[in-house]
Amino acid sequence: MAESIPASHGDHEVGHHEEQGFVSKYLLSTDHKVIAMQYMFTGMAMAVIGGFFAYAFRMQLAFPGMDVPGWGLVTPNDYNALVTNHGAIMIFWVAMPVLIAAFGNYLIPLMVGCDDMVFPRLNRLSYQIFLLSAIVLMASFFVYGGAFGGAWTMYPPLSAKAEYSLTQLGSTIFVLAVALEFVAFLMGGINFITTAMNSRAPGMKLYDVPMVVWMIVVASILFMASVGPLIAGAIMLLFDQNLGTAFFDPDRAGDPILWQHLFWFFGHPEVYVVLLPATGIVAEVITTFSRKKLLAYRTILYTVFGTGVLSFTVWAHHQFVAGIDPRMAHVFTVTTLLISVPIAEMMFVYIGTLYGGSIQYTTPMLWALGFLVTFLIGGVTGIFLGASGADIYFHDTYFVLAHFHYTFFPIAIIGTFAGVTYWFPKMFGRMMNETLGKIHFWGTFIPFNAIFLPLFYLGVAGQHRRIYDYSAFPELAQYQDIRVFATSALLVMLAFQVVFLWNFFHSMFRGEKAGANPWKANSLEWAAPSPPPHGNFPDGLPECHRGPYEFSHPDREEDYWPQNQPA
Amino acid sequence: MLELLIPQASTFAGDIDFVIELIFWIVLFWWALTQGAFCWLMFRFRRKDGVKAEYIDGSETYPKKVITWAHMAVLVFDVVIVVYAVQVWHNVKITLPPAEQTVRVIGQQWAWTFVHPGPDGELDTADDIAMNDELHLQVNTLYHYKLESKDVLHSLSIPAFRLKQDAIPGRVITGWFETTKTGDYLFQCTEICGIGHALMPARVLIETPEQHAAWMAANSPVSVAAQAPQAPVAVALGAPVQE
Repeated sequence: MAESIPASHGDHEVGHHEEQGFVSKYLLSTDHKVIAMQYMFTGMAMAVIGGFFAYAFRMQLAFPGMDVPGWGLVTPNDYNALVTNHGAIMIFWVAMPVLIAAFGNYLIPLMVGCDDMVFPRLNRLSYQIFLLSAIVLMASFFVYGGAFGGAWTMYPPLSAKAEYSLTQLGSTIFVLAVALEFVAFLMGGINFITTAMNSRAPGMKLYDVPMVVWMIVVASILFMASVGPLIAGAIMLLFDQNLGTAFFDPDRAGDPILWQHLFWFFGHPEVYVVLLPATGIVAEVITTFSRKKLLAYRTILYTVFGTGVLSFTVWAHHQFVAGIDPRMAHVFTVTTLLISVPIAEMMFVYIGTLYGGSIQYTTPMLWALGFLVTFLIGGVTGIFLGASGADIYFHDTYFVLAHFHYTFFPIAIIGTFAGVTYWFPKMFGRMMNETLGKIHFWGTFIPFNAIFLPLFYLGVAGQHRRIYDYSAFPELAQYQDIRVFATSALLVMLAFQVVFLWNFFHSMFRGEKAGANPWKANSLEWAAPSPPPHGNFPDGLPECHRGPYEFSHPDREEDYWPQNQPA
Repeated sequence: MLELLIPQASTFAGDIDFVIELIFWIVLFWWALTQGAFCWLMFRFRRKDGVKAEYIDGSETYPKKVITWAHMAVLVFDVVIVVYAVQVWHNVKITLPPAEQTVRVIGQQWAWTFVHPGPDGELDTADDIAMNDELHLQVNTLYHYKLESKDVLHSLSIPAFRLKQDAIPGRVITGWFETTKTGDYLFQCTEICGIGHALMPARVLIETPEQHAAWMAANSPVSVAAQAPQAPVAVALGAPVQE
């Protein structure tokens, strides 16, 4: 396959990428690296907003009725809107743009050794629509009635009828923003798959592609295959809200459960859409810093495919008690527990990769190991929820909430930090400060566990979700100390993010100069200068001679063997 | 274990707790094993000057054996969990033992209405007792519930019964539970239903037969009507009578 590519690959004029002015370089750029940075900074800005929302509603939970500094009184309406938009922002406007779009855009062309995405203009359009969707979402906070507060799952009839949600405009804008965001990522997905499959460097076989590229490709396929029903559903919901149709309206023979199926048929693969790129990043980081070949490249690849296929068959475990035919729960319990097999295997391979290694505890490595530790807890607690009999009790309690934060936080935050700290020298040509990086790691990792471990306990004790004040529930009001503790831990964690922001922006301009390959890693992006210029490889596009994980080869003096180095 | 936090007040509460505890021990075993191996590897193979990492290229059979073994073990444990979980689910959600009493539970923004059969033991008769936010049950009795919603999704949740079921407008969902212990228990709405979602706490009061009979006598619309003859008897369903 790869042999047929070089025709266009070799003929391409690398020098054609000349210097550009500000507008064409930043606003109308088609350079994959600039677009990646735009996605990343937009994602970071949205993460700040999503984090602020978490701060506001956690303060309300710990100190009900308090004037939250920076927000004011959190009314029930505010609380619902904050919780709803925190969830939607963190998944759709932070995890997706950063993990898939930013890392996908930045890494795929560099790692497969080509000069840009195959559809650069589509790429630019994708970012512009994404930015529009973020602006549309934030606009909902400033319209009459306020932002939508019916949970990020948007279950009708609450989301469909203004007389129930009391947020006519807010609901419409929310659904519209989500639909726009999906359109943006559909374009991105086409680009990622096509680029990785068609523009690989001469000599790079499918099994020589770095794991993170594979993971982003599989994630894009999952996303594109699952999002169709939800975009259709979102349009139907928009029609129900504004044009008087009755797809989901039980009063006129519609069915609210239909929405749940459309949503979760997308919603569960979506978990793997964001999980896979994060695990891909972890694969790159742990191999580099344990100086080890990935224990079982093909096993991981097959478990990824297996997970991908299975992820389409588990969605109704979100709906066990939602009023679906109860016999369906049998099927979905089996498929859900089955998916634990490939995921467990992937974890075993990652952990096994450390065996015989020479582990360097750099900041990116700490994040990658932190990912495995926390995601392991997220994974095992999912078993309780996938088992139908146990889910009757745990459904919609804080146990669910703690469980998915133990999966999404490692993915969206820990995985992202692993990637950012690992590729920072490539992105900006300078090193980040290691000491500050480690302070930031421990200042995030410990408080994260302090927030969410107690919430498992609250869930077991029967605390249900999306309640702005538990004082009306005597059985639950007694746990107020735990809520205060979790909120305090959140404040500590948020405070430590300042360390990261300072380290990030300071190092960007003042950090120690990084060479092309500061970590002594193998994959092709390290063959380009740091930061790579427009066109990526000024000395000509690289050729690939071996797999990406040839660390500590016994025939070599050095413990790494770059993919582009001739034998 | 779980009953230390939340009392068990239905026949299947113990079964569900058993599944939860079974999964807990299995998961704890796997977590401890994996986390233990992980910590050992992180310590044992930390970087030492002059020691090069091993080159394991995938042709060795030993790591493959370990992973295959773990793979099979995960599968076996999955089967065990599925067997127990599905059994309990079948018992709670699919079978429908014959009812001794039937209650109707109606969710709306933002209150619960519980319609109890009156002294005649039948729903939809003149002596039905409708109440807001209080469900009166008799101990050691098998109840069917008929769950309805007037507007959006709500969810019936009684932690002490380990029972949860969403209410869907336009449908009547029938399920069952059997009470085992007298007491005053929490009843929640666990599906977000608008700005008043947090204002839907209700109580489940499980009474001895004598207490229940006394409560019924005091609240039956017939007896209430006898005390106030001008009140129409059929008021019970439309306008809930309190206390």
